[in-house]
Order: sequence, then C-alpha cells, then structure tokens
Amino acid sequence: MSRLEPYLFNIIAGSLAGIITRIFLMRLDYRQYPGYPHGLISHLSLGAIAAALGAVAVPALMNKDFTAFTFLALAAQQFREIRNIERETLQNLEEMRLEKRGKDYIEGIARTFEARNYLVMATSFITSAVALAGVWQALAAAVVLLLASVRFMAGEVVGDICEVAPAKIHFKDTLLFVGDINIMTVGLRESREKILHDALGVMIKPLNDNSRATLHDMGQRMAISHTAAVIMGSKNEVDMPEFTPLVRKNIDTGAVALYIVPMEKDIEALLAAVRRTPLLESARLKPLKTQAGRIASD
Amino acid sequence: MSEAAKGILAVITTDRNKVTGAVPIFIADSEEEKEKVARYLASTLDAMVHDLENGVYYIVKH
Repeated sequence: MSRLEPYLFNIIAGSLAGIITRIFLMRLDYRQYPGYPHGLISHLSLGAIAAALGAVAVPALMNKDFTAFTFLALAAQQFREIRNIERETLQNLEEMRLEKRGKDYIEGIARTFEARNYLVMATSFITSAVALAGVWQALAAAVVLLLASVRFMAGEVVGDICEVAPAKIHFKDTLLFVGDINIMTVGLRESREKILHDALGVMIKPLNDNSRATLHDMGQRMAISHTAAVIMGSKNEVDMPEFTPLVRKNIDTGAVALYIVPMEKDIEALLAAVRRTPLLESARLKPLKTQAGRIASD
Repeated sequence: MSEAAKGILAVITTDRNKVTGAVPIFIADSEEEKEKVARYLASTLDAMVHDLENGVYYIVKH
C-alpha cells in the first residue's frame, strides 16, 4: 500500500472522472434503451470498475510495474463479455416484441455498451496521468474528456441525413400506398377503412447517395419502425398483423415510407420520433467515399 | 419482414372455379360471408387477409 500512497490523489481523481463520465453516458442511454434499475446498477458498477482500472494503471506504470499494466488486457476481455450479455438480453426480450428492434439495432446497442466502458477507462487513465501535474490540470483534463465522450458517443440521427415529411395514406383497390410507395395489400374492407381513418404515413427522402445506402439497410428501417412504434404506440396486435408498422422503399428513388397505425394520431410527434431515430453504425455506408461511388452519383 | 417462410394458409372464395390445390378452400355464398370467414380465419391464425381482386381472398402468415 505504501508504494501507492503518493499516487492516492491520481487514483481518486481518475476514478471519479471515469465514474462521472459513465453517469453522463448513462443519461444518453435512455433515449434508445430502457433504464431498468437493475441494468442501471450493473452498468454503473462495471463503469466504476473500468474507472478504477484505468486510474490505477498510472501508478503501476510509474512504479515500473508492467505486469500490473497487462491487467488492462484482462479488463478488455471482461468488457467484451458485457457486449455478449447485452446482446443476449436484448435478443431474448426481442422474441416477445411485436415491433422488432432488429438484429442490427441490438448489435449497435451492445457495441455501444462495450465501447462506453473503454471510454470510461481512457478518461480515468488520462485524468490520473494528468493528475501527476496537479489538481487543476486534472480537473481541466476530466472536463475536456467528459465533454469529448458525451459528444463522441451521441451519434447521428435520421433527421441529420434525410428529409422527413408527412405523406398521404391511400389505397389503389386493395394496395396500400404511402405517397407513391406500395406498402402491402390489405384484403379486409373493414381493415382498409380503419387504416384510412387511423394510420399515418411518413416519407423519408435521402439527402445524398450515402443516406440512400443507409436507408437501403433493412436493419435501419426496422430501427425506424421500432422507434416510431415505441414512442407513438401502435394498434398492432398478434391477430391483427395488418397494423404492423412497416417501412418500404421506392426502388427508383431510394426514398422510404413509414406506415404506422399509432395510438396517438399526431403527425408532428411522429415526424420528431422518426427524425430522432439513431443511425445504426452498421447501416452507415459511405459509397460517396469511394471513387466508383462518386462517379456513379452523377 | 419476418424470417419464417411465407405460405398460404387458406383460401376463401365465392367462385369455386378459381382455386384448386392443396390448400384449405372455403366457399362463401356472398361477399359478406367471404369477408366474415376471412376475418375469423385470419384472427384465429394470427395471419393476414389479402385480396387477389378476382373474388379470391387468401390468408398468409407473415
């Protein structure tokens, strides 16, 4: 213990910075992931462990105790485990959901949870190292790192890369259309009347070829319909599959249309929900970054 | 959207000459009866009614 004592301040400063970062990142979680109290506790404790590991790495290095440093690798293994746990939990819950989140979304959330712990570890490590220079320097480093983490992990939303506008729901015989996009066929007259009366349609137009590629991804489309259904409610029921929210594409323009029969028929709220749907990392394709993509775009 | 294979679970028609094959076929006497039978079947099968627009309704599980 005596070897660590000169570094007590570093350890405390680093750990605190890490834990505060985790708490801030937790607040961002609520937008895409329900904060069950038990989930909250387990993530906070893991965050605290990550913070402590990052913080003690500095004294270990200063004492030339390089074996201790390798324990960080062990920690990384643990955090990969978090990703598996998150994925499994969400996949199990998924089975009983009427509006599926989709595999891509689950993978994205799981990856985020893993990455957040690395971010916490990095924050506490750097703060702890800067704390060698003094209290104020440590405080400044902690604040900068905290802001950087929150910014870095906030991610983009559909509204950033697409134009989201209301669209008209109508039928051509039994074919249901949102704007000019065919969604499905609805056989029962009764259901058609209900859809005309209660349903809402949203047109999501890509702003460029990158966003078009993102909307092409079925996982991203499922994330959109899932978010809309969670926020607006849905009249979808096990024996009423015609009220399932769907997102379908106009094969010529790449625009997609959302069809939903919401509990709250409020188009402004629905537009906001669609705009704030997170963009999935796995769906963020960037064809315009390639030469062929740039040539094809004009 | 679903990964399960789609299949026609049942066919409801007023015109028995329009359908044949290894599917349960329900013959209805009127349009009203056809709607009603289709609705009942779909709700018990948790499936959806589609209209071929030639007098034939069919039920598909998605």
